[in-house]
This record gives sequence, C-alpha cells and structure tokens, in this order.
Amino acid sequence: MKTSQYLLALLCPIILLSSCKKSDDEITANPKSSFTIEFEHQVNGAVLALNTTTYKNAKGEDFKINVFKYYVSNIRLSKADGTAYLVPESYYLIDESKSESKFITINKVPTGDYTKIEYTIGVDYALNFAGAQTGALDPINGMFWTWNSGYIFVKLEGTSPQSTAANNALTFHIGGVIDPNNTIRTFSTEINAANPLRVRTDAKPDVHFIVNAASLFTGKTDISFSALNFTMGGANSVIVADNYTKGLFRLDHIHN
Amino acid sequence: MYACSKNEKAIAPEATTISFEIPANFPVPTYNFDDNKLTNAGFALGKKLFYDARLSADNSVSCGSCHQQFAAFANLDHKVSHGVNNCQGKRNAPPLFNLAWQKAFFWDGGVKNIETSPLNAITDACEMGTDIERIITSLKGTAPYPDLFKQAFGSDEITSQKILKSIAQFTAVLVSGNSKYDKVMRKENGFNFSSVELAGYNLFKEKCASCHAEPLFTDFSYRSNGLDVVSADEGRSTITGVNTDFGTFRVPTLRNIEYTGPYMHDGRFYSLDEVLEHYNSGVKAAGNLDSRLKNGVPLNASEKEQIKAFLKTLTDNEFLKNTLYNES
Repeated sequence: MKTSQYLLALLCPIILLSSCKKSDDEITANPKSSFTIEFEHQVNGAVLALNTTTYKNAKGEDFKINVFKYYVSNIRLSKADGTAYLVPESYYLIDESKSESKFITINKVPTGDYTKIEYTIGVDYALNFAGAQTGALDPINGMFWTWNSGYIFVKLEGTSPQSTAANNALTFHIGGVIDPNNTIRTFSTEINAANPLRVRTDAKPDVHFIVNAASLFTGKTDISFSALNFTMGGANSVIVADNYTKGLFRLDHIHN
Repeated sequence: MYACSKNEKAIAPEATTISFEIPANFPVPTYNFDDNKLTNAGFALGKKLFYDARLSADNSVSCGSCHQQFAAFANLDHKVSHGVNNCQGKRNAPPLFNLAWQKAFFWDGGVKNIETSPLNAITDACEMGTDIERIITSLKGTAPYPDLFKQAFGSDEITSQKILKSIAQFTAVLVSGNSKYDKVMRKENGFNFSSVELAGYNLFKEKCASCHAEPLFTDFSYRSNGLDVVSADEGRSTITGVNTDFGTFRVPTLRNIEYTGPYMHDGRFYSLDEVLEHYNSGVKAAGNLDSRLKNGVPLNASEKEQIKAFLKTLTDNEFLKNTLYNES
C-alpha cells in the first residue's frame, strides 16, 4: 500500500510534465505575447464608405454598399520550419459599421517568427451545427440563418441601378457548408521571411490587411447585377465565394 | 417591486429532480446535455419561456400555442401553424418529444441543432414574428426573469445563448417511451399486444417500418410519399438546393400518432383512416416519389384496422399527462 502511494507520488509529476509537453508540441509554450490585425476596408483601392460613395464592379456597373461584414476564424500561424500554432477559439466578426471590430488582438501567442498566416473566411463546419453560441457567434449579430441553420460568412448589402430587385437592392449573404454548395473558404498568405511576424514579449506587432469588398464580384466570374443581385446560400453563393477566396484579403504590411 | 401579478411571482421549484431518462429500448441520443448542464432551475426557466407569449411580436403566441401537451406537443385541429397577426404558416406544427434523438428539425430538416430550433419559430413572420434581441430586451425588464436566469445560470445577465439553452433543457427532456408498445418490447409485467394489435404490428413491420423504423418510428430520412404529382411546397430542396430533394419531407415519428393529427407536412389528412387510404390508393406519381411507394402500400379493410390498432399502442399517456411538462 505504502509503496504504491510513493510510486504514485513519484509518477504524478512525470505524468504532468509529459502531458504538458505533449499539448505544446508544435511550438514551445513559453513565453507568450500578442499581436494585432487591422482589416482596412476598400473597394478596388478606394476607401470603403457605407451608403454614400458609388463604386464600379468589373462589368462597369455602379453600386453602393450599405452593409459589409464577415467572419474570420481559426487563425493559424506557421513558422519557416513548418511548425504551426492554431489560435484556439478564434472567431471574429468584422463589421464596417463598427470601427473597433476592424482591429483584433490575438493574445497568448507563443513568441517566435511566423512566416505564414491562414484563416477561414467564415465559420468552420462544426460550429454551423453546434448549439447556441455567444460572443462573435451570437445570433443577435445578424449573421445566423434561422430557417436553414448556419452562419452567414460574408454579408454585403447595397444598391445598384442595374439590380432588377425591389429598390435596386443588392443582397449577398454568403454561407452554407454542405456540398455541392459549401462556401467555407480558407485564406492563406506567406509573409516575407525578411520581415516575418515577430511575436516578442517586448513587442506587439501589427498585421495590416487590405480587404477589397469588390472582390465578391470578380476574380473567377465577373458578376453583373442585372443577372445576380440576390443570394442567400446555394449555387450563386458558391460563385461569389469562389470570387472572394483569392481577392478579399491582401497582406499589405507588418509593423514589427 | 411587488406589482408583478401572482402567477409571475416565482416558479415553484419542481418537486422532483428533473432528469433526462433514456428508455431501455432506445438507442444512444444525439443530444446529451454535455454542453448544457440540466438543472431544475434551467428546466423551469426553459418551460416558462416555452409557455410565454412575450416571445412573439404582439405577445399573442407562445411556443406552447402551437405545441400543446395533450396533442403530444403538436397542434390540435390545425392544418398549419397559426402565428402572429392571424398569419397562417405553410406547414403543420410537428409534435415535440424524443427530440434528443433527432438529427435535424422542422419538416425540411433545415435546423441542425435542437438549441437553435426556437430561433426559426421566433423569427418566422408567420409564427412569432420577432427577433431574439427584442426578446432579450423585454425579458431584462420583466420580473422574475432576471432572477430566474440567475438561478439557472449563476448570473442575471440575459443572453440568447442562455435563452436557447434553457428552452433546450425543457424540450430535450420531453421523452416519450412509456407507450404500451414500449412496455411490450421491454417485456414489462402484464403487457402484451392483443391479437389485433399483434397482427397490426406484423403488418407494420412488413409494410411501414422501412421508413418508420423502430424504436423511434422514423429513419430520419427525407422522402416524398406522393401526396401530389407536383408538390406545392419545395420541402427539403429549399435547404439543400438539390433537385432530387424537391417535394421531400422528414419522415415523421408515429409515436403518439393517435393525438397528433392533422397529418402530413400540410396537415391535409384529419384521420388515420385518410392517411392509410392515401397509402392504399392515393399515392401519386410525384417526380421524386420514394421508390418503395411506387405501387403504394396495398391494405384491405381489416389490415387497416389492424394497423390502426397497433398505431394506438404507440400512445404514451404518461407523457401526455405528465404534470412536469404542463404550463404551471
């Protein structure tokens, strides 16, 4: 009895240590720090201004934007040696009408030099089937479909004289996770190894992305608003998602 | 502070501890409360919300308006649900029980989690016609709700997540597994099918059970049973966007079927006789008609009576009359 207790006491720290090591296998756990990401919203190089400014799509059609919001989730950072860190519970709703939402802070990131950043444009498959959520995923944010439950990944609403919908409306609600109309897309960008994302305890770098709202309407298929002005999931949402996969985000620079 | 009406004062704590019971003859449930700890206070709050018409735009319709316990939480005598502003919905309100085993909700399976199901009814213009944000605001200013949220979740902050999780504590606990059929299957003392019921059960296994699979009496698939040559309701294809799903609907459970009429997604049949006659002689050559129904389900008069006798063994009076579930 006594021997086994001693043995247990002896084993415990070993178990603790080894389990500790395992969970942080990818990158050594300590120390940790933070960095910020800024999402700067543009339309083909011009500043995005809701409701007022008229822009042109790739077909030369005029349009205005009233609502522009989207999810960024499952942020993953990689180092040059291939090791990666997945930011846990990383779900962010970026909304042009809420300026604070365009700056996000990622905390508790293991320090190091990261040369690649990836994230999901939208919300991963599992969370579209999960129970009631809170925070960025709270249905009060207006990004949850109640009749075909799941998240709207990217929402752009506006107007165009070319739109045949009532009040010339543009309604682009992109979402859906089931084939053949799965719209989950991943964005990935390499970071120049000469100026990697340097997460340090004494420095909090800023990553600056340019986000081009007009990318929904070009890239793979040029969209005319006379033909497509309304989508809430389904095949037309796939066309839009395939457009913005490459063009929605562009890494502009990093302040280390 | 003392102005609230008597029935608002408090919810009497449930005398018995609320628990989620899995009948011995049931499979493992899909929903298991792992992320939603079941408590008496959570259940009581969920039940109060379920029966509260303040969850609708004009305070006229509660969940319980269209989901009545005596109808196994379906809607007695209503072909389709009857929502705010006298609006008639397009589908029949389904019964609510054994939802913890269900993988998707509503006739088209559009909602994938029991917790998010109420949002569909809350926001539908023809059901409750409101939104969750308005409900949160209303509940914050309505005693005794902040206290009830505190009892259930440890803080009086009211969020959509707490509202939905508490309602799920009520709806997922609604388990119907004490019908005569269940007691016969579990070989409980003194329970045996009559000869007519047994003949009906054998016919049922032969002619119906491939879709209405035991023990939940559904295989959870989506099928067209040939109600119309061209369905007026797109059904499942509104969710999937797939043509072969046009006019298909979730195979409903047959438990408590004696009390859940009218039947079918649009409530077109008021009696089980009409339903059985549909399968016998009324199946139409719909585009996506289920292959098993190509020739209907031929049933003569005595066979129909036998099947009906069996179907009535699926009535669970203990569930229908359980006072834990009624509006208190």
